[in-house]
Amino acid sequence: MLILQCVVRGANHGYGIAQHIQRVSRDTLKIGEGSLYPALQRLLLNDYVAAEWGLSENNRRARYYTITPAGRRHLAREKRSFDALLMGIARVMEAP
Amino acid sequence: MRLWKKVRYLFNRDSFDRDLQEEMRIHREMAEEKLGQLGEPKAAAHYEAMKSFGNATLSQEASRSEWTFLFETLLQDLRFDLRTLHKSPGFTVVAVLTLALGIGANTAIFQLIDAVRLRTLPVKDPQELATVRIADRNWVMGRTHGRYTQLSNAIWEQIRDRQQVFSSVFAWAGEGLNIANGGEVRNVEGIWVSGDYFKALEVPALIGRTLTPDDDRRGCGSPPAVLSYAFWQREYGGKPDILGNKITLEGHPFEIVGVTPAGFYGVDIGHFFDVATPLCSEPIIRGEDSMLDLRRGWWLASLGRLKPGVSLAQASAQMNAMSTSILEATIPAEYSPEAVKHFMQYRFGAFPASNGFSDLRGTYSSSMDSPLWILLALAGFVLLIACANIANLMLARASAREREIAVRLSLGASRSRLIRQLLSESILLGLIGACCGALLAQWLSRFLVAYINSRGRIYLDLALDWRVLGFTAGVGMLTSIIFGLAPAFRATRVAPAAVLKAAGRGMTGGRERFGLRRALVISQVAFSLVLVVGALLFSRSLGKLLSVDAGFRQTGILETDVDYSKLRIAVPQRQPYKISLIERLRAIPGVEAVANASVVPISGYGWSENIILAGAKEHAKESQLFDRISPGYFNTMGIPMVVGRDFNERDTAISQKVAIVNESFVKKILNGANPIGQHFQIEEYVGRPRPMYEIVGLVKDTKYYDLRDDFKPIVYVTTLQDDQPDEVAALLIRSPLPPGGLTSSIKNALADASPLISIEFTPLQRTIHDSLLRDRLMATLSGFFGGLAALLAMVGLYGVISYSVARRTNEIGIRMALGGQRLNIVNMVLGEAGLLLVMGLAVGIGLALILSKTASSLLFGLKPRDPLTILLAVLGLAAVAILASYIPARRAAGLDPMVALRNE
Repeated sequence: MLILQCVVRGANHGYGIAQHIQRVSRDTLKIGEGSLYPALQRLLLNDYVAAEWGLSENNRRARYYTITPAGRRHLAREKRSFDALLMGIARVMEAP
Repeated sequence: MRLWKKVRYLFNRDSFDRDLQEEMRIHREMAEEKLGQLGEPKAAAHYEAMKSFGNATLSQEASRSEWTFLFETLLQDLRFDLRTLHKSPGFTVVAVLTLALGIGANTAIFQLIDAVRLRTLPVKDPQELATVRIADRNWVMGRTHGRYTQLSNAIWEQIRDRQQVFSSVFAWAGEGLNIANGGEVRNVEGIWVSGDYFKALEVPALIGRTLTPDDDRRGCGSPPAVLSYAFWQREYGGKPDILGNKITLEGHPFEIVGVTPAGFYGVDIGHFFDVATPLCSEPIIRGEDSMLDLRRGWWLASLGRLKPGVSLAQASAQMNAMSTSILEATIPAEYSPEAVKHFMQYRFGAFPASNGFSDLRGTYSSSMDSPLWILLALAGFVLLIACANIANLMLARASAREREIAVRLSLGASRSRLIRQLLSESILLGLIGACCGALLAQWLSRFLVAYINSRGRIYLDLALDWRVLGFTAGVGMLTSIIFGLAPAFRATRVAPAAVLKAAGRGMTGGRERFGLRRALVISQVAFSLVLVVGALLFSRSLGKLLSVDAGFRQTGILETDVDYSKLRIAVPQRQPYKISLIERLRAIPGVEAVANASVVPISGYGWSENIILAGAKEHAKESQLFDRISPGYFNTMGIPMVVGRDFNERDTAISQKVAIVNESFVKKILNGANPIGQHFQIEEYVGRPRPMYEIVGLVKDTKYYDLRDDFKPIVYVTTLQDDQPDEVAALLIRSPLPPGGLTSSIKNALADASPLISIEFTPLQRTIHDSLLRDRLMATLSGFFGGLAALLAMVGLYGVISYSVARRTNEIGIRMALGGQRLNIVNMVLGEAGLLLVMGLAVGIGLALILSKTASSLLFGLKPRDPLTILLAVLGLAAVAILASYIPARRAAGLDPMVALRNE
């Protein structure tokens, strides 16, 4: 879900995704490279993202991942169920 | 979609891998650059980037595995395994051979259990079949004949006419029938079946027709016969124009009307039928001995197909409810009031019969302590020992492959992946072993059947079915996991750095790892002690049986069964005719003695009567063993006369009835009183005369039914005073001549008397041999298993001690350089082996004490916990074990200290 959220704004490469998550979450979430690439492959396999080789900002060859329509649907689904989960947790925590 | 992508991946794997690798490299470079911008020195940045990325190969591997099929890695593993196994053919051959022997032995014995016990009859819906018999019958009086003496014909007819739970039900009985016309007997397996046999079993005819109720009418004149497929092939070569031909059964022609399909062999497991004839033809064959109208004749068994919707419990309840009315209608006229009381207590019940009938079950697989199950347990132990051996080999290999595994681990292989790979290797071994074992089992199980089948009358369907294959596959998988799992875990639990640092020397510490090998050897020694104890128990028991004093000569006596019923001799002439036959045989040169007996010892046949002692205070009645013999029987059999006289020709049908008793009779019945001149009566059936017998002689004790029995009281009466002589006789012929020449002169002599006489030869020695088949089987097989187990344990011990010596080469070199004596070195190594041995033996003795109790019912003349046997087993095993460890000990002592130290 996090990875999909990273590419929903536009294409990004693996390093960028890892950096983005770390930066946006202010270092609370650090995605290990060991799990990033297997996760990306899983998304590719399910057609949630597409990959393409391109050039990075400093003219480096990099593989860019873009979200597909199926990926967007999946993301929305995931978000809903995650929101529901969060709300449930919140209700429990705030109950008197 | 996913599948398609995965398939596409299969063909573009290389470009995929390149992409992934490059992507990861770029990732690291970007990270490095970033760190560089933050002011880290270049080298540190590179290092930091590498560290934060972690195990690149592993994550690459994980990414890749998202795309692969599971079986693909399995195939990879198997390919790799085949290569490694191919590289070490010695290991592979030893492992596969060990496994094949272990699995083969287990499968063979399981195959027998399956064939005898588990397999259902090859007919439609066998689970609907049930048999009706008397539940918990513990008393029976009258004549019993055949293998399944469950019902009399009168009772069967009552059941047939009254029951409402079976859609069809039948009765049957089996009997060996002679198809030869005079001369030497040729027996086939015949069955008498009531009308609904084929209908209830739903067996159609292959050619012609089967039997129907129309064929089974009282007094049927020229009865039809149906052949089994196997008999049709064997006897007639499968000729299609067989229908309408006649087959001679015991001299009576039967018309062949049909042949059953190939897969059908009857309902008697172990005795496949050759010829089926209607029940009504029994009087034609048995003549005056017919049991069809004999209410005290027990010779039939029933089988029926339950109506749809009727459960076995309901059927049983109905049978139970109609017991009294069935019994009241079938009381044998000859029963005394007391016998009738017993008879009326019978209760009928219906019992499952989906796997048919088999007398082999009682002898070989009735309960958990019967031979087949014990053999299966023994074979299981052998397999466990084999597993321990292979596990040991695998461990040794694992330590040889330590470096390989360390390198793979440090290159990023995950531990679970390595375990999977190592396990797949052992499973591959297990599978190859199981296949070889299954092949071996085919040969072994047939050998076993041939072993218990010395007379060629037992047929078992040993075709592989899903149960046997499942068993073999299961055993194969289980064993490969047993011997593969622990070594695989051990092998992959290494610190790669330590191993690689240790360079060529292999790991030194590993006390714990070596501990597993020791534990394996201890368990091997323990299990093999159990097996050796078992082997010794069974072979000593057989030895005692072979040397037991039967009380009569066992060698050089030929039993010749003659049947002259075709001559139709009138009752009064039969006795003289038999005597004339005996005289003819006595005249044969080389024949020392000839006698006639109605019961040949150890043949399994018997005759017992209640006797009433004259003048006894209480009306003492006890069932005693009887035999009816001709004069000269004791001389022929080598049974010494103690006092009194033998029977002679002055004892006739009209003279005083006389009897001879044995010493046990005097001791147990007469309380040691002088038997000569004592009188007794036989308790004949109600309404028959009860003549008084006078005892005229005393002979030494002999065994009657079984060599294992104690001597029992036996009463001998004489054929000369038999008022109902048979038309068959068992003649015992003593001669030192070889059996081949003797039988042909006997055949000639009897053919001179009449060509219509049927003859069957059985050496007394073979009768005795056959009576000990079960004991021989147990002794031979348990001996084989015990030897195999001891051998495997020795190999295991040798391996471990050699390994330990190899590991301690340095230490031994130092010891010797410092002045250690060779003897001390040998003692040190032997001490190590001795410790393992003692621990193994201790555990083994405990196990043997617990387990040997199950064998008690199969043993003769010794207790299952016989201390001498256990001592012998311990000594024997210890001796070979010390031998096995002495070889590496010698090698250790023979080391040149210089060479040993340079070994570093």
